[in-house]
Amino acid sequence: MADFTEDQIIRYSRHIVLPQVGGKGQKKIRESKVLLIGAGGLGSPAGYYLAAAGVGRLGIVDQDEVDLSNLQRQILHRTADIGRPKTHSARDRIIELNPDVEVVPYQTSLTSDNVMEIIEDYDLVVNGCDNFPTRYLLNDACVLADKTIVDGSIFVFEGQATVFKPHVGPCYRCLYPEPPPPGMVPSCQEAGVLGVLPGIIGSIQAMEALKLILEIGEPLIGRLLLYDALATEFRILKIRRDPDCPVCGDNPTITELIDYEEFCGLRPARC
Amino acid sequence: MAVKVKIPTPLQRLTNKQSQVEAEGFTVGEVLADLERNFPGFKERLYDEKGELRRFINIFLNEEDVRFLEGLNTTVKDGDEISIIPAVAGGSL
Amino acid sequence: MLTDRDRERYSRQILMDRLGEEGQERLKSSTVGVFGCGGLGTITSLYFAAAGVGRLVLVDSQKPDLSNLNRQVLHWEKDVTEGVSKAESAKYKLSNFNRDIVVEAHTAMVTEDNIEEFFGETDMVVDCLDNFESRLLLNRFCIETGRPMVYAAVHGFYGQLTSIIPGKTPCLRCIFPESPPPEPFFPIIGVTPGVLGLLEATETIKNIVGLPGTLRGELLIVDLLSYEMGKVKTGFDNQCSVCGKWRK
Repeated sequence: MADFTEDQIIRYSRHIVLPQVGGKGQKKIRESKVLLIGAGGLGSPAGYYLAAAGVGRLGIVDQDEVDLSNLQRQILHRTADIGRPKTHSARDRIIELNPDVEVVPYQTSLTSDNVMEIIEDYDLVVNGCDNFPTRYLLNDACVLADKTIVDGSIFVFEGQATVFKPHVGPCYRCLYPEPPPPGMVPSCQEAGVLGVLPGIIGSIQAMEALKLILEIGEPLIGRLLLYDALATEFRILKIRRDPDCPVCGDNPTITELIDYEEFCGLRPARC
Repeated sequence: MAVKVKIPTPLQRLTNKQSQVEAEGFTVGEVLADLERNFPGFKERLYDEKGELRRFINIFLNEEDVRFLEGLNTTVKDGDEISIIPAVAGGSL
Repeated sequence: MLTDRDRERYSRQILMDRLGEEGQERLKSSTVGVFGCGGLGTITSLYFAAAGVGRLVLVDSQKPDLSNLNRQVLHWEKDVTEGVSKAESAKYKLSNFNRDIVVEAHTAMVTEDNIEEFFGETDMVVDCLDNFESRLLLNRFCIETGRPMVYAAVHGFYGQLTSIIPGKTPCLRCIFPESPPPEPFFPIIGVTPGVLGLLEATETIKNIVGLPGTLRGELLIVDLLSYEMGKVKTGFDNQCSVCGKWRK
């Protein structure tokens, strides 16, 4: 613990005393670099708890500005932040909580052109994005760059969380080889969402990120955690790597990034 | 064989908001066909035009994905649980 | 009554047909007590404020110190330096977060004699405490006044949760006839109270709105290291010194 200040030792003391963490673990947390995709419903609690735990660098990718209707669940933003870039209000909140964390905002959407460069600097990606093209883009990029994704998604009362560790467990394409056609699955904008639901899934994502950083417990590699907020029920299903997966399978056919809007049927294929 | 089928939120409008229903059959495919008989609309949601399971929806028998068992031909026993797990994108929105 | 601003602010949850405008109005007209503004209380109150619970009553006797900040996300470094109380620090953040709700802060030691002053006007109280003595005080108060409470407790990576509805479910004394010994420096990683606090907030909102599936007579057990999650049934203790006589 020699290179932690006395204040830092006190700050993290409650988890340094855990046998699974200790001084060595705290050092791993400080040296870790985590990228949050989305500073919204999932990214908000994940950002708070990763910062509180003392993660060294937290990158935040989001292109949106804060809107009044976000505040029902996106606890990184306050009423006065309406209209500000989400990455800015997220950064302000995280630094107020823990100034030791280096926050790197990326006020942009994730695209085939910028994703490789952005993820390069991080050990782990916590995915809280809200659309299929970005989910497939991020999945393929992370398989190609060998980065682990801590994945979370929500729908009204139900949430899913899992960890995609390339070539060790399945990837997003192994689980869902193809996206649903546009309009087939209603969005949160259409069906609504219970604010606490992304809170729980986002916190679980933070827990998974910390377990991976600390190399403790049983992370959700090859396991899909389902949470039903109505039944207050957690279930775990086994998920497997598909040897025929086009990106992480034995004979991959996707070896570079493709057009994900087109893949998800959001834009007609161009000749 | 009587099997429990767990219905995800997006499809609960087909089951009058029930998150779990009973269905019968000897295989996963038969159970899903029975589900369609009792709650019409599932077939269109679960299968594509060619009659194959849609690739953004997974069917689990207990805790295993049927794609890694014998697909729709996987046999079921009394008391088994089938879960329908669709891809959902919701996150930061 | 909901305003147009409420309708926009809470639009994503009003859209849910199980909640709707009626559920949102219930949240708005309810008063929830949060006993303890630490690891559990900061996150539950943040999500109550987000969801539009009309009035929050925060009670805590302490001031935040540096060792709280690994989990108590409403308290920041400057609050430690300035010596603001936990209840006031939380009130300040919550009021900024949502200006449309009322937040009351009480920095006080709660005793049998004064508990009514703080929680007498609440519809429900959420147990966000770190010691059994206060929990049992709250349990007795809630049983005697017929007030529902939600219990959660955390340790390391482990947590528990249940709803206590006077007359309908076993009380905390029925579940734990004997209190565990106090642990002055309990180990905790921030995310554990995060998850349990969120589960408490969910449970409270479900109780207020009248959604199904609340943990009545069931204790949810959560282990975030292994995800061994399960429910156990809780039973009435006929000899219970707290709720026994009230049930007769």
